[in-house]
Amino acid sequence: MPVRMDKPWSPLTEDSLKTVAAHLGVYQLADDADEIVYIGVADARTLFGIKGELRKAIADPPAGACKFRYEVNMAYRTRHAELLQAYQHDHGKLPVGNTDIDPRMLGRLRPGG
Amino acid sequence: MDLALTDEQRIIVDMVRRFVREEIVPLEDTLDPDADEVPPEKLEELVEKTKEMGLHGLDTPPEYGGPDIDLVTRCLIAIECSQHRAGLYAPCYYAFGGARQAQLFEATDAQKNKYLYPMLRGEKKVFFGLSEPSGGSDPGRSIQTRAVRDGDHWVLNGTKLWISGADRADYGLLFARTGGPGRSGVTAFIVETEWEGFNVRRVVHTLRSAKYATEIQLEDLRVPHENILGEEGGGFAIANDRLALQRVPYSAECLGIAIKAHEMATEYAKIRETFGAPLAHRQGIQWMLVENEIDIRAAKLLVFDAAAKADRGEPFRTESAIAKLVASENSFRVVDRSMQIHGGLGVAKDLPLERWFREMRIRRVGEGPSEVQKHVIARDILNESLR
Repeated sequence: MPVRMDKPWSPLTEDSLKTVAAHLGVYQLADDADEIVYIGVADARTLFGIKGELRKAIADPPAGACKFRYEVNMAYRTRHAELLQAYQHDHGKLPVGNTDIDPRMLGRLRPGG
Repeated sequence: MDLALTDEQRIIVDMVRRFVREEIVPLEDTLDPDADEVPPEKLEELVEKTKEMGLHGLDTPPEYGGPDIDLVTRCLIAIECSQHRAGLYAPCYYAFGGARQAQLFEATDAQKNKYLYPMLRGEKKVFFGLSEPSGGSDPGRSIQTRAVRDGDHWVLNGTKLWISGADRADYGLLFARTGGPGRSGVTAFIVETEWEGFNVRRVVHTLRSAKYATEIQLEDLRVPHENILGEEGGGFAIANDRLALQRVPYSAECLGIAIKAHEMATEYAKIRETFGAPLAHRQGIQWMLVENEIDIRAAKLLVFDAAAKADRGEPFRTESAIAKLVASENSFRVVDRSMQIHGGLGVAKDLPLERWFREMRIRRVGEGPSEVQKHVIARDILNESLR
């Protein structure tokens, strides 16, 4: 599994959610320039997992998000931390929509590539 | 062996048990089932309470400000501290003091000032970097990371794997080969994570959600000669020195989980009815509870036997290996049976059993797999060195 998620983006619409299952995992939201604006996690407290979290994002898109991609992952906490840290390494900051993350709780990754 | 608790031990056990039930379990109900930490402000609150108890820094020697407790008492505390969802790898969310790199107690005065005391004050985080892709149970032979002397520095190159907390640490201990093959060729270095050439490349995702492991790549990492911990070629002894000691409370933590899982299974068996009778009336279930009870009691005796021998200053390496082997294997079986008794509920994240099952599975591998413990025990029985 690559450190950075490299799946293609899908439009953040109800129609696209038809094939998304209610699994636990992580997801990313992007703007129309494919810039990641939010890295989220569907943890075990969520109703309907990734599907439920994406539905919330459709209702109230953070930072102009209009695309999404996701990974079903039972190691959702460590994968979420890894994606956030990889983004921070690449951009020197967290995605603009991730005001829900306390940077003190993150480590420092220096992924290659 | 007298297993009766002293008055002081009884007070400590009651105090820690109340802390877990009144502070940790309710807090945990607000967290994700796989959570392994709480916000820093909350942790500070909890730490204040453990300091009030006089029990902060459990693994810190009293001369460095830790509580003056023996290993038996340390094990009693470990059993209590682990009895909550995150308790196996994040006991009480580190309110009793996080992981300490005990090897730093062997540091020089200058190293202590720079690295040990900030760690003890909780200002700095430290990692322990021993294992490599080539192995971790036999570091004397498996370490391939090379350190080459260059004037007043050493230049380190290699890969470390399964290293917990390296991405969040300020510095850590790294073991590298400075000499030829074998134990005497390994040296311990204190390295700072901000130094050029120290790269945490990825998180290693496992069954465990707490204290995740990382992979480190060292690329021409320059370490000052003064940052050698102990002597050149003395790294294996430093790495090995406290393993036997650490395995005893490690085993006690397994026991804490087993005790809680068994308690839950017993209660559930009394209230859950199938085919017109409680599960507790079925012989199949009764025998599972009996096997749980025996597994727990057997492991408990062995853990406290090892702890008591250590406290008396007697050799306890074999006892420590037996305790680790039996406590991890037995506790895994207890959690497995307890899940089975709970049926579908047992595998759901609504209860902590599924997390304990995943994390107990790792306990059979971590701190030396069961087979390595048997190897150690066999060596001591046969009085032969390992080949």
